[in-house]
Amino acid sequence: MLIMREQLSPILAPYSGQQGALIPILQEVQKELGYLPEEAISEIAQFVGLSDSEVYGVATFYAQFKFTPIGKKVVNVCRGTACHVRGADRILQELERQLGIKPGETTEDLEYSLESIACFGSCALAPVVVINKTVYGRMTPTKVRQILAEGKEQQ
Amino acid sequence: MTFDEIRSQAASEWEALEHSDKPRIYIGTATCGRASGALTVLEAIKSELAKHNIEATIINVGCIGLCYAEPLVDIAKPGRPRICYASVTPKMVPKLIEDYLVNDNPCPELALGTIGDGSVDGIPKLFDLPMLKPQVRVVLRNCGLIDPENIKHYIATGGYSGLARALGMKSEEVIEEVKASGLRGRGGAGFPTGRKWEFCRNSPGEVKYIICNADEGDPGAFMNRSLLEGDPHAMLEGILIGAYAIGATEGYIYIRAEYPLAIERLEVALRQIEEYGLIGDNILGSDFSFHIKIKQGAGAFVCGEETALMASIEGKRGMPCPRPPFPAQSGLWGKPTNINNVGTLGHVSAILQRGVKWYAQYGTEKCKGTKVFALAGKVNRTGLIEVPMGITLKEIIYGVGGGIPDGKGLKAVQTGGPSGGLLPPSLLDLPVDYEELTKAGSIMGSGGMIVLDEDNCIVETAKFFLSFTQAESCGKCVPCRVGTKQMLEMLEDICNGKGKPEDIELLENLANDIKDGSLCALGGTAPNPVLTSIRYFRDEYEEHVAKKRCPAAFCQSLVTYYIDPEKCEGCMICARNCPAEAILGDKRMVHVIDQDKCIKCGVCSDVCPPKFEAVKKVSGEEISVPSEPIPVKKASKD
Repeated sequence: MLIMREQLSPILAPYSGQQGALIPILQEVQKELGYLPEEAISEIAQFVGLSDSEVYGVATFYAQFKFTPIGKKVVNVCRGTACHVRGADRILQELERQLGIKPGETTEDLEYSLESIACFGSCALAPVVVINKTVYGRMTPTKVRQILAEGKEQQ
Repeated sequence: MTFDEIRSQAASEWEALEHSDKPRIYIGTATCGRASGALTVLEAIKSELAKHNIEATIINVGCIGLCYAEPLVDIAKPGRPRICYASVTPKMVPKLIEDYLVNDNPCPELALGTIGDGSVDGIPKLFDLPMLKPQVRVVLRNCGLIDPENIKHYIATGGYSGLARALGMKSEEVIEEVKASGLRGRGGAGFPTGRKWEFCRNSPGEVKYIICNADEGDPGAFMNRSLLEGDPHAMLEGILIGAYAIGATEGYIYIRAEYPLAIERLEVALRQIEEYGLIGDNILGSDFSFHIKIKQGAGAFVCGEETALMASIEGKRGMPCPRPPFPAQSGLWGKPTNINNVGTLGHVSAILQRGVKWYAQYGTEKCKGTKVFALAGKVNRTGLIEVPMGITLKEIIYGVGGGIPDGKGLKAVQTGGPSGGLLPPSLLDLPVDYEELTKAGSIMGSGGMIVLDEDNCIVETAKFFLSFTQAESCGKCVPCRVGTKQMLEMLEDICNGKGKPEDIELLENLANDIKDGSLCALGGTAPNPVLTSIRYFRDEYEEHVAKKRCPAAFCQSLVTYYIDPEKCEGCMICARNCPAEAILGDKRMVHVIDQDKCIKCGVCSDVCPPKFEAVKKVSGEEISVPSEPIPVKKASKD
């Protein structure tokens, strides 16, 4: 708890006394820690003067916030309309099969997290998969396997 | 500096750039360009220029909207128009630089068109091409043409003259001008912008807020992102004008955190207007002071709704509240607040720069101006387009969009995203404006336009939209929270071949109840895709229910893949690629799919060489294939 306080106080300090700071704080803390562990939530709650459950109430409302550690490689499957009509479901199913996890989950070795996002906004390249910052356009299930195999080789 | 000094400085720098004796290279590096590899192309250009010892000015621009042709690179030699090259790869770069910059061959075979005065033999003018000719670029006036990170480019092309003009007017006059322009909110609902401003202006209170809604959450829409990445000042000038008109001293830009580049470019733009005294205290020497903050949305579609958005800025769960009181009376922190969409503010700056008369020449009687659409799906030329109100769906899909790929037939067009409707080909002549789309059961929405072809299943598409709104329902109203879930389950049953005959009517009834019983527009419009698809495509629903057949052979539970024994040459490619190891066969043996093992992923169909086309997909049909591999009958062509 103390370690958490030390780690978070430089992030929290600039927000002291600010109205409506909870969401930016949660965003900053997640940027730092990768996710929002229980101790961080308590620390934030104390700082903004709310109960833990109120902070959880806000954090769980928004898709951006994670409560478990995420993998080194975050595989985002775009499920926007343009990707959907061009077969995003098949891409997601192949990723689920290959990684053995469902969207929102992380592999046990913390290598991969699988996420589906509502729209990445690269509709012209549909269907799109984004792994960390690399965008893979015009995906097929076969390309999914190739890309994952290349990733494994690099490890 | 006075605004006139700023403007003449910007103009002379722009002039110097345009008439520079160095070649200029413009490259589209917005998110869409980057996704297509623009940054590696940029690196290739730099190293090639160094190799030939050519000094050139490289200018990063936003997206001109021709997403299908990305990455786009324009090259302008001194005294010549810009030549736009499409689908540029790093491999093409050495040829382009050597042929055009070194040897003066403009490579017409690689060029899409020219931009600007003058012409080049063998290359058409870009804006005369069929995808650009019907377009009228008001909001996107600068996208892809100027450097979004250089405010002088924006000012040199007329930027901030609208703000300077507004500051010389009374705020009531500014409101009158926006009212006279006929501008209506581009976020989707189409409320007259001038009247909205007037309500807020007339609300009592010292402190007022203006908010720019850039929480573009509609799956399949990227108009706001593109504008903020390609020309952030167009929106900023609009919000400044709006703030002046309503008497707001503080503003917020509420933008999706998923748009990092747009946020970065907004931050750059904000620093620049601060430097030039275009924001802050006593803007351009007037007594108007205004400050602005960027708030990053944390991922909730419902936050596009005004009251939910304000709750989110206040740090709460983004759940909508009943109206009245309207935000104009009691909004953010209980103060009068005005919220406009990014696109609306982009129109405002253009109207104040160029005047009502110019603006009102575009559009229809009731809907003035233009509308930006993100055209995507099964259409040849996907991209971001800006068309005058009143243009027909046909002109958009077949003119601007170039029709449906692979000679397939059009099945439906979806406007308005998950709140909109699926319109059939019989409505292709429908003029696109707020009223006409509403009459047809859809909505204008923020501007997503997705084209579906004959391979897409209508029921499944309606299910897709509903699964989105169901997941995004904030849970406050029972009809929306529980009703959408019930509708989704029924649609899943229908797509899985478990639909009951009474389901279709039940869906309609439930849909109408949800529309009536929901507080906000999310619930109020969530049933639209289902209602319109039942209205126009009832037969597809009936086929799913009565015959357990998906006419488009799309719904996984209702399709069967098989290998045509007359066409299979026993090449093994499908068997090697099948992730479920469901394909039996050997070299020169007709392959057979084990239907019990098949997961219907379609990989076999993807990888079967086009010269064989042996993998078939059917729905609701008996298939007759050998039960186990048999030798290939005919002689191999190889």
